[in-house]
Amino acid sequence: MKLHEYQAKEIMRRYGIATPHGRVAETPDEAYEIASELQGHAVVKAQVHVGGRGKAGGISVVKTAEEARDAASRILGMNIKGLTVRKVLVEQAVEAVKEYYLGVTIDRSRKSIAIIASSEGGVDIEEVAAKTPEKIAKVWSTPKEGFMPWQARALALAAGFDGSAVAQVGGYFSSLFRLFVEEDAELAEINPLMLTKDGKVVAADAKITLDDNALFRHPGYGGLWEAEGDDPLEQEARRRRLTYVKLNGDIGVIGNGAGLVMATIDAIKAEGGEAANFLDIGGGARAEVVQNALELILMDKGVKAILINVFGGITRCDEVAQGLLKAIESVNLDLPVVVRLVGTREKEGRALLRDTPVVTADTMVDAARRIVAIAGGGM
Amino acid sequence: MGIFVDKRTRIVVQGITGREGRFHALRMRDYNPDTVVAGVTPGRGGQDVEGIPVFDTVAEAVEQRGANTSCIFVPSRAAGDAVVESFASGIELAVCITEGIPTLDVIDMLDRAKNEGSRCRVIGPNCPGIITCGEASCGIMPGQIFQPGPVGVISRSGTLTYEVVGLLSSRGIGQSTCIGIGGDPIIGTTFVDCLEAFEEDDATSAVVLIGEIGGRDEEEAATFIRNMTKPVVAFVSGRTAPPGKRMGHAGAIVSGSMGTAESKVKAFMEAGVPVADTVNEVVDMIAGML
Repeated sequence: MKLHEYQAKEIMRRYGIATPHGRVAETPDEAYEIASELQGHAVVKAQVHVGGRGKAGGISVVKTAEEARDAASRILGMNIKGLTVRKVLVEQAVEAVKEYYLGVTIDRSRKSIAIIASSEGGVDIEEVAAKTPEKIAKVWSTPKEGFMPWQARALALAAGFDGSAVAQVGGYFSSLFRLFVEEDAELAEINPLMLTKDGKVVAADAKITLDDNALFRHPGYGGLWEAEGDDPLEQEARRRRLTYVKLNGDIGVIGNGAGLVMATIDAIKAEGGEAANFLDIGGGARAEVVQNALELILMDKGVKAILINVFGGITRCDEVAQGLLKAIESVNLDLPVVVRLVGTREKEGRALLRDTPVVTADTMVDAARRIVAIAGGGM
Repeated sequence: MGIFVDKRTRIVVQGITGREGRFHALRMRDYNPDTVVAGVTPGRGGQDVEGIPVFDTVAEAVEQRGANTSCIFVPSRAAGDAVVESFASGIELAVCITEGIPTLDVIDMLDRAKNEGSRCRVIGPNCPGIITCGEASCGIMPGQIFQPGPVGVISRSGTLTYEVVGLLSSRGIGQSTCIGIGGDPIIGTTFVDCLEAFEEDDATSAVVLIGEIGGRDEEEAATFIRNMTKPVVAFVSGRTAPPGKRMGHAGAIVSGSMGTAESKVKAFMEAGVPVADTVNEVVDMIAGML
């Protein structure tokens, strides 16, 4: 779950990380009010789950509360990379003498937490890593090992931080690591961390992504989730608790197991077709889940034909077939369907489908070929 | 022969009284009755599941039934704890089927497993398990599609493995050991770990590697294969997946320029590893190598 900047900053403040004064606004008048409290000199920032807001015109530096109102009315409702801006963060403008990067993330290869520092803040860290790797320092840890302030200071020095900033930045690193572990984050990043003229260190921009699988430990985070930007069908899938990704084609795809569904989509493409979606009904899928999945696919009006590819492991083919028959009954299914069922209780599953209009296929490639022929024929 | 499990494997099923734990414990026992020796569900000690004795702790299953391998069906909130309990009780291999374990719990359980010593291996989490054909099945793989033979199979996906295995078997090409290493971003046993073991295994003469988008495991495998004597055929799923989207598996995501199918295919090609475009082609390529 990606958080907005203002949400990430709220969490960081709880861990003692300073951020510029400010609040979130949903209307130009609210932005005016907040900017007045800040004596006018402020930054108005679009709150969207996407990078490059500044380049897209989603960030404005203003001198007066009136300008803040104008900026907010321009930014609110703006479309940035397909996302509509619904909130702006209005906060005190900070002047930096130096900008740093602080990040904590998961390192898949090392099976640990990576803590990353750079003396080159305020720019894309992947770019820094590619162009000037010497300006980045990294260390690794685990929840059990922890991350001590002295390690943080050593890291800051290795990344080329100015001596005067090392002590304070070191403290921030420990806080950010603690936040990462305690809040179950996948990413916690401050970019830039600004060293101000009066020697203060402030998180000017903040990013946090939380681990969806750990939300049970953080019941309060349910309210932080904002669906804005997701495709409407993806939002519906979330409500239905289905693993779904909207794609651009006209062949609806349902399968069990992420790898199999991905391979099915690749196979459709190889046969000259285009999948409308990724939909994994997962292991242990029951009849209701299959029905639920079919209902969702049918909401996509671009879908002309449906391919169901189930290879039974933990999933039982007879249950899939039952779900399919129920769904055909309950929704008015008039689209062509190709079904491929193999594996656990396969004979029972196929027997259930024998006297129905669905086409059955023996292999994945065969199924892809048939569905592409059917969908193509309807064009 | 084969790797990681064989006919001497003695499995304790953690979470045996749950729906899936029970269903698959019985299927594992059907595959080889000698291999499933116990179940564990805290609070259910003294009961049995169709003759498989249930204990409160893994330690009891190890002491009283000689368990050396654990198969874990414990819900995601408690699965990390179950893995650590198994190693602390003397288990050498924990196969963690559970999906949806918080990433930091996985890092923590692997960290603690490492502390128990190098004898401890975790397969998974979020995996279908492992099968050494004709000897032992530990997990949820449908035993009937496998047949003994010389091909080792490693995969990040369960059902895609069955797909390939089904095709291999239908062409009369048997398998030595098949391992689903799991679809999570952090997993215990990687492609490289499996390749190392297959290289040493007398029963294996060629390997099929089924990768997917996300992470760098395939790239690391490609580097390792350069120094292997046995041939490997690779397949990568998710070639048409859009960037930034999680394709079902928590680990199947292209982030920025990282984890693309192109990068993986390129790494294999550069290492001289043939990459199949379809699952059928995997089988054609392997058939040509045996």
